[in-house]
Amino acid sequence: MMRRFVLRRLALVPFTLLGAALLVFAMLRLVPGDPVEIMLGESAAPADVAALRHDLGLDLPLPAQLARFLGRLARGDLGDSLAFHAPVARVIAARYPATLELALAALLLAVAGAVPVGALAATRPSSPLDRTARLVSLAGVCLPTFVVGPLLVLAFAIRLGWLPPSGRGGIAHLVLPAATLALGMAGILVRLARARVRAALAEDHVRTARAKGASPLRVLVCHALPSALPALLAVIALEAGALLGGAIIVETIFGWPGLGRLVVQAIAARDYPLVQGCVLAIAASYVAANAVGDLLHGALDPRLRDAGS
Amino acid sequence: MQGRSRGAWLAGAAALGIVVLLAAAAPWIATADPLRTDLAGRLRPPGPGHPLGQDALGRDVLARLLFGARASLLVGGATVALSCALGAPLGLLAGYRGGWLDEAIGRVIDVLLAFPGLLLAIALAAVLGPSLRNVVLALSLLGWTGYARLARAEAAAARGCEFVTAATALGAGPLRIVVRHILPQAAPTLVVQATFGLCGAITAEAGLSFLGLGVPPPQPSWGSMLGEGREFLLVAPHLLLAPGTALAFTVLALQLLGDGLVARLGAPQDWQRGQ
Repeated sequence: MMRRFVLRRLALVPFTLLGAALLVFAMLRLVPGDPVEIMLGESAAPADVAALRHDLGLDLPLPAQLARFLGRLARGDLGDSLAFHAPVARVIAARYPATLELALAALLLAVAGAVPVGALAATRPSSPLDRTARLVSLAGVCLPTFVVGPLLVLAFAIRLGWLPPSGRGGIAHLVLPAATLALGMAGILVRLARARVRAALAEDHVRTARAKGASPLRVLVCHALPSALPALLAVIALEAGALLGGAIIVETIFGWPGLGRLVVQAIAARDYPLVQGCVLAIAASYVAANAVGDLLHGALDPRLRDAGS
Repeated sequence: MQGRSRGAWLAGAAALGIVVLLAAAAPWIATADPLRTDLAGRLRPPGPGHPLGQDALGRDVLARLLFGARASLLVGGATVALSCALGAPLGLLAGYRGGWLDEAIGRVIDVLLAFPGLLLAIALAAVLGPSLRNVVLALSLLGWTGYARLARAEAAAARGCEFVTAATALGAGPLRIVVRHILPQAAPTLVVQATFGLCGAITAEAGLSFLGLGVPPPQPSWGSMLGEGREFLLVAPHLLLAPGTALAFTVLALQLLGDGLVARLGAPQDWQRGQ
């Protein structure tokens, strides 16, 4: 049963990736006008225009273009970046670790902050703690990163001078961007952890544990939380993927040298091969995070596994 | 609990009403032209004549804020309308018909959902170039999937219900059944989705404009105001605070409204369950 579930879920991955590749392929063809002229500018020499057109395969018939695009993609060849004068794959590989570092730090911050707060709030509904948790969660959901980020820079980097305003380096550089990125996810997680733990606290086995004299802390940590965990993990994995999208704006705010900032730079430079490569790389990571989330959920929650097969 | 959720719902609706009213009355409230530059007054803090100060080109921040609200609401409203007009019929059709059509629409949605939120919109806006119309197109490309999924689920659930069987027995055609019998069932869920969708579209428009991919300058937009204000954090924090507060206020209004609608219309939602 478990094996079938895993296989079914994994079978979706290449299919989704192929769809994403097709969409990215279509992107360049949607450019109004001539993408090559836009990339090189109007004053480019006709020979250069022809050479780039040939290099991108835009002089071929559409089916041949697609075959070439997918064939190269299968070999990991994403073409060459015009702005960096280097293979797109290499440019992306150089920036990828920075984005991963930022996303993981934000994930850690959000989970470590939100799950305990949500769980505690669940044990005391309508208490001051619960109300505060609700307010903070609403703020997390309502304040976009591009409002919070600059405000944090103003407070902690400019006024107080505690942390660097931008760039990548040690832990100190990581704090502000990770906190900014984590806030939205934390808002969602507080809500969810509170609801799930509250539902779990009403379950029979938890009531039994309480009746047998387990302390409130023990009931929460050993009985209610494990029951609430599978659904939480699935959402955490989904949101971890969404962090990659949020990273585009956060990296731009904090000058973080990752994939998100790269895609914005590539757009500004009209470096379409690099834009395509970045979009594909981010989408692939997102697909992977979602698959991991679904598999974890299935592994931890037998109900879902059986329903799916 | 009933009282509180009702209060939040009303507060959200009222707050949204204020934003809409201010946007509609922008030409009469604004004391200055949102596009007129005044280099002598650049980065001037709030004061007489300019209640919210002036930006890096000396333009009146209040006027830009009011006219920026129009951009936000216009993009948000158009995105919701287009997404719903596209997604709801497709979803209803897929759910009611089932079979290969259902399968095909489901696959297209799967692929579109393989992109994290803003990425697809950023990529499309970058390719098409910055304009209000292109922002709406870019956001709707992903936006319709939400309505389609909900409508599909409602239609699939209704297919086996007695009222549909009865209508079929009375000789109603598929179109009549979907429009007259299934759509009313799905409407409350779609309204909730539209509320959160408006919230998401307004935030996304601001994000795109923040990156310079949304509303083209010099037209005012909250997102581009935030982007410009970021460069003058130290000397003119009002450039950031004004659009930031406006955006947060609007998003909060829509969240409260959405949560309230969820509670009223009885759709399942985690936060309300424990209250």
